[in-house]
Amino acid sequence: MKKTILAVAIAAALPWSAAARAVTDIDALRAEFDQKFKALQGDYEARVKALESRVQTAEIKADNAQQDAAANASPPPVSAGAFNPEISLILQGAYLDRAGGERPITGFFPAGGHAHAERGFTLDHTELVMSANIDPYSRGLVTLAVADEEVEVEEAWFQTLRLGHGLTVKGGRFFSGIGYQNEKHPHAWDFADNNLMYSVLFGESLKQDGLQVRWLAPTELFLELGAEVAKGQFFPGSDGGADKNGADAWAGFAHVGGDVGVSHAWRAGVSYLRTSPREREAFLDDLNDFEALSLFSGTSKAWLADFVWKWSPDGNPRQRNFIFTAEYFDRDEDGDLLCEDATAAGGACTGLTDRYASDQSGGYAQAVYQFMPRWRIGTRYDRLSAGSVDFGANGAFLGSTDYDPSRWSLMTDYSPSEYSRFRLQFARDKSVQGDPDNQVILQYIMSIGPHGAHKF
Amino acid sequence: MKSLIAFVLTALVLAAPAARAALNVLACEPEWMALTQELAGDLAEVSTATTALQDPHRIQARPSLLAKARRADLLVCSGAELESGWLPLLHREAGNGRIQPGQPGYFEAARFVRLIDRPAVLDRAMGDIHAAGNPHLHLDPRNVARVADALAKRLSELDAANAARYAARHADFQQRWSAAIARWEQQASGLRGVAVVAHHKNMNYLADWLGLTVVGELEPKPGMEPTASHLAGLLEVLKATPAWMVLRAAYEPPKASEWLASRASIPAVELPYTVGGSAGAKDLFGLFDDTLNRLLQAAP
Repeated sequence: MKKTILAVAIAAALPWSAAARAVTDIDALRAEFDQKFKALQGDYEARVKALESRVQTAEIKADNAQQDAAANASPPPVSAGAFNPEISLILQGAYLDRAGGERPITGFFPAGGHAHAERGFTLDHTELVMSANIDPYSRGLVTLAVADEEVEVEEAWFQTLRLGHGLTVKGGRFFSGIGYQNEKHPHAWDFADNNLMYSVLFGESLKQDGLQVRWLAPTELFLELGAEVAKGQFFPGSDGGADKNGADAWAGFAHVGGDVGVSHAWRAGVSYLRTSPREREAFLDDLNDFEALSLFSGTSKAWLADFVWKWSPDGNPRQRNFIFTAEYFDRDEDGDLLCEDATAAGGACTGLTDRYASDQSGGYAQAVYQFMPRWRIGTRYDRLSAGSVDFGANGAFLGSTDYDPSRWSLMTDYSPSEYSRFRLQFARDKSVQGDPDNQVILQYIMSIGPHGAHKF
Repeated sequence: MKSLIAFVLTALVLAAPAARAALNVLACEPEWMALTQELAGDLAEVSTATTALQDPHRIQARPSLLAKARRADLLVCSGAELESGWLPLLHREAGNGRIQPGQPGYFEAARFVRLIDRPAVLDRAMGDIHAAGNPHLHLDPRNVARVADALAKRLSELDAANAARYAARHADFQQRWSAAIARWEQQASGLRGVAVVAHHKNMNYLADWLGLTVVGELEPKPGMEPTASHLAGLLEVLKATPAWMVLRAAYEPPKASEWLASRASIPAVELPYTVGGSAGAKDLFGLFDDTLNRLLQAAP
């Protein structure tokens, strides 16, 4: 009852004030409605847009997935740049603490090569390697050794890929397949310097300008036979007879190898090298202690035997592994030796040419153990035998010796990754008669780029 | 003398089926040996270059492997640079034109699946990364199915006379395999979202398939050995985002994962990773059965 009276009273009171107010109220309502409507409209538009973009991203994602799948299912995208060869750089340098001057190994012809006469901080040559498949049938590789004011072509060869029947032919300049260490570049050596055997045989390692044929037998046992024919201008050959047809270096090798269980692998081999040096120059200390220039022409024949044995638990070398390597050589040289007349300068030689014959041998054995990831230790023993050296009539001016050069080396290296290595090496070097030397070498080896796989 | 005769006879008996086999297949990893055996049965003589206890990145091109590659009609490898430390030597030194890249005798599994973890930047400062993506692709069984399709096709191309038999074996395998995948996915449904730590980036496909979350790796960068400082950092990460277990493959050393697991009080789980990695992982089916068993046992 009370409510109706109140409502009537209010209704009676409304007309004069409401008439004026109704207009403004409606306007306000309309404005409010418009505002809300616009807000809603905006909101919906935004939502629709968001939905659209989501649909779009989903579409793009699906597209990408399809493209990825397509890219994966078919060969990778082709561009001209993809034909560029793999390029890698090897940086190596060292700090050496050792006796100064040249240290020719007593009783052996100096073989040249990279004689590390430097002391203190030294930058070894920097290796630049480029390789690629030439076509479906062959592959090419170049290794340049770059040093101050010189670029040396260490290797430049092509190799066949599809001859089949176990045959591979290599042509150009290549590291000979004889021995075990010969094909390894210095950055892949287990010690900071070369062993004495390869030092006296080849200086660093035997390079050949010529052709190589290898045949791998289709047997369970690894059996590889190889033959090489080459110009033979590198020691123990010489470039004295470079201007001629034919070949001055012939080499042959046979390697066998296999596994013993899952943890052991081995390889053994014999190799033969025959070169015909013409007027091979060498400086020899004569009896007056004068450096006499000698020229040798004749034949140089060397037999090499090599053996490698590797162990790793379950065949997984990543944590621990052990490598034992031993090589031996026997070299016969026979021919004529001219010792140039140096009497005017105080030398002993009188310019006589007479028969020269030598039979020398030597070898090394080394063991390297990776006892934990990154760390390895190793030891190496080198020994050469002066053997018999017959200077013929020149024996009156040139002294021969029965001194047997030897050396002990100890090394430890640390490899932060597969691509870098630091090495500390000590050596007691008795390769020079009457002048033993204690040597310390601190070395680094770094590899940049897609570095190729290393041989066994 | 008797034992010698017995030995020779046994060798002959063992060698006889090998001589009859049409295809000589060298698999780079045990998973592909197992898959080839599923698809080819006695039509192929299959061997593997690596075992489950060997890191497939880091073996050497041993003389025995060169001798095997010499005689192979088909190489079955993961590809995507997984074998780049040794496979190129098998290609170059074996004198075998059939197995060269681009020839039907060279099969790369990575070409037939979608690779994950493609690096955006190629820089060795990132460790041993693979430009094409993560090559450890077989721990997602759906990838194995894709590879099986392509491999069956390849086998019948190389040995067309037996194409029908390869096709039949392939159909049979795919049927058993898809049934197994359905079973495994059902078994492992509880593993979805479980956080794990892995030794190397070699569990990512498994994680992808099962919905595991890999919160970190023991290796500071792919291919680098775990360091004390990195493990300590990882332990801190685990305090904020706890993981349920630390995974490693059978070929990876247990030390780092056990150190972290004991500090974080979670189980360290050794997974077979590939066929032969555990007693249970006798074939591809056993590999996944055993892997799931081990995960489920360690899961909460």
